[in-house]
Amino acid sequence: MRVVLAEDLFLLRDGLVRLLEAYDFEIAAAVESGPELTKALAELAPDVAVVDVRLPPTHTDEGLQCALRARRERPGFPVLVLSQHVEQLYARELLADGSGGVGYLLKDRVFDAEQFVDALRRVAGGGTVMDPQVIQQLLARRAADDRPLGRLTPREVEVLELMAQGRSNAAIAGQLVVTERAIGKHTSNIFAKLGLEVSDDDNRRVLAVLAYLDQGR
Amino acid sequence: MDMNRARTVVTAGLRGLALALLSLYGSLVLFVLMVVSLVLVPVGIGLITTPWVLAGVRAHADRRRLFAVEWCGVRIPVEPSGAKSWKGTFRLLGWLFVDMTAGFVTALVPAALVFYPLEGFALAFGLWRVFTDGTYVGWWYGFVPVSGQGSALLAGLLGVALLVASYFLTPALLRVHFLLTRAVLAPGQGELAERVRVLTETRRDAVDSSAAELRRIERDLHDGAQARLVAMGMDLGTIEALLEKNPAKAKELLARARRSSAEALGELRDLVRGIHPPVLAERGLGDAVRALALRMPVPTEVDVDFEGGRADAPVESAAYFAVSEVLTNAVKHSGADRIWVDLHHAEGLLRISVTDNGGGGAVVGAGSGLSGVGRRLGTFDGVLAVSSPAGGPTVVTMEIPCVLS
Repeated sequence: MRVVLAEDLFLLRDGLVRLLEAYDFEIAAAVESGPELTKALAELAPDVAVVDVRLPPTHTDEGLQCALRARRERPGFPVLVLSQHVEQLYARELLADGSGGVGYLLKDRVFDAEQFVDALRRVAGGGTVMDPQVIQQLLARRAADDRPLGRLTPREVEVLELMAQGRSNAAIAGQLVVTERAIGKHTSNIFAKLGLEVSDDDNRRVLAVLAYLDQGR
Repeated sequence: MDMNRARTVVTAGLRGLALALLSLYGSLVLFVLMVVSLVLVPVGIGLITTPWVLAGVRAHADRRRLFAVEWCGVRIPVEPSGAKSWKGTFRLLGWLFVDMTAGFVTALVPAALVFYPLEGFALAFGLWRVFTDGTYVGWWYGFVPVSGQGSALLAGLLGVALLVASYFLTPALLRVHFLLTRAVLAPGQGELAERVRVLTETRRDAVDSSAAELRRIERDLHDGAQARLVAMGMDLGTIEALLEKNPAKAKELLARARRSSAEALGELRDLVRGIHPPVLAERGLGDAVRALALRMPVPTEVDVDFEGGRADAPVESAAYFAVSEVLTNAVKHSGADRIWVDLHHAEGLLRISVTDNGGGGAVVGAGSGLSGVGRRLGTFDGVLAVSSPAGGPTVVTMEIPCVLS
């Protein structure tokens, strides 16, 4: 799988390159600024891009803007956005087109190499991956005034959190050390309680849950 | 006779003439318009016309300030920014009145000293014949009755005297006009003293709060991230020692070290958000307030009318933290279930209003969060106003003078 990587700090860029190469990704280009990223995305046609939100020369949200532009030109082009901080505002902008293939993670998630690589693979495969902090912020806000959410059991909330991050039933089962069937039961309970339509498609499921958590704002 | 001096004198005379015309006609017309406009305020028409006339008067006064500096080096201070008050308006009105009377005279005198002698010379060289046949007083030149060649020569002599006087006095007399203008038009000492007092106070507040902020950051770093990094280094040392002897224990410690690093990162992230929120740096005030609203436990709507416009970083930061404080206040104390934030920029003024539908009763008093906000905005000549009747709603309005780029 060919990856274009954009990160301005040398140490992090170097570390990411090593990490991804160790997991058999092919690094098509590792760049350090917005214009270089735009050029690399246009010329190299990678399978997925890993992009830092803040890039030179402006040191504003140049990376995010590049990613959004690339996805407008090629709808569904898989992008994993990394940042030192997560914002609902940015998550929303990334999710707005509803076409999947989007990830938004804190840079800290790189600490767990397996999970990070797994997230990147899911994004490249058209899935949606949201940082646990995004989900927790959404949940904390909704929980205050949302009755259906209040009816979920603590276990179901746990499953909902993992589901919203973009995990499949099998992955959730692995994480919580239960059977996949048990998770299947939890998810159908959650969908029933929240009044959402059940979907077998993992990505559509994530988007439905995220939309539910983000509605009314 | 020095030619340069002569040129200066003649120029000053011409300028005096121009000023006299400007004072008489410009100020008179504007004074009348202004009085009429103010009188019409109660019937409503004045409300529309007064700002127009006032803008004209300000332009008139500004032109005079320009002449004062360019012609005589007299600097006439302007109103302190943000103080376009009634006081200033009445000062302008008073100046118009003085300018069309005393101002006219002080402008005319230097002009007359230069040009009046010409008439005296003309009389001496025979112009007197137009007025009299030599038997009666047909014309007065200054205080000299002209009744024939003899008295006409006297008039010429007076002309010479005046010309000599003008050679020495005209530039200084023109300066008198501008000194008079300054006396009437410049803001009084009282207002300047008030301005100095406000500046001293806000500067002290700014220094105090930035010192307190630095202390807080130092403490947070010292007790938080720094301590965690020390613990992590220690754990890594232990791991190194245990690697061979007790791999299981080493693995356990590794997991702990990783947790410590994640926690240190989390603490640094919170600290950074408190110093300068990343969204503010990346997107500017509008989106930073939007992101802030998304974090609020109470549904908060944000309306921004200057998409993409950026203020200076210190102003953005002050405005952001002010909004943040006001929102936190509203969430904690008002009991509101809906909040609206409106950011608006016009005519060099950033105006932010935060409205909640809670119980009201918010006060700006000693120790309240709102008075702290007001103090910090003061550094930027910003102001804060609170309207919060019992039963709500509460509207907190903040205004900061600034330009957007």
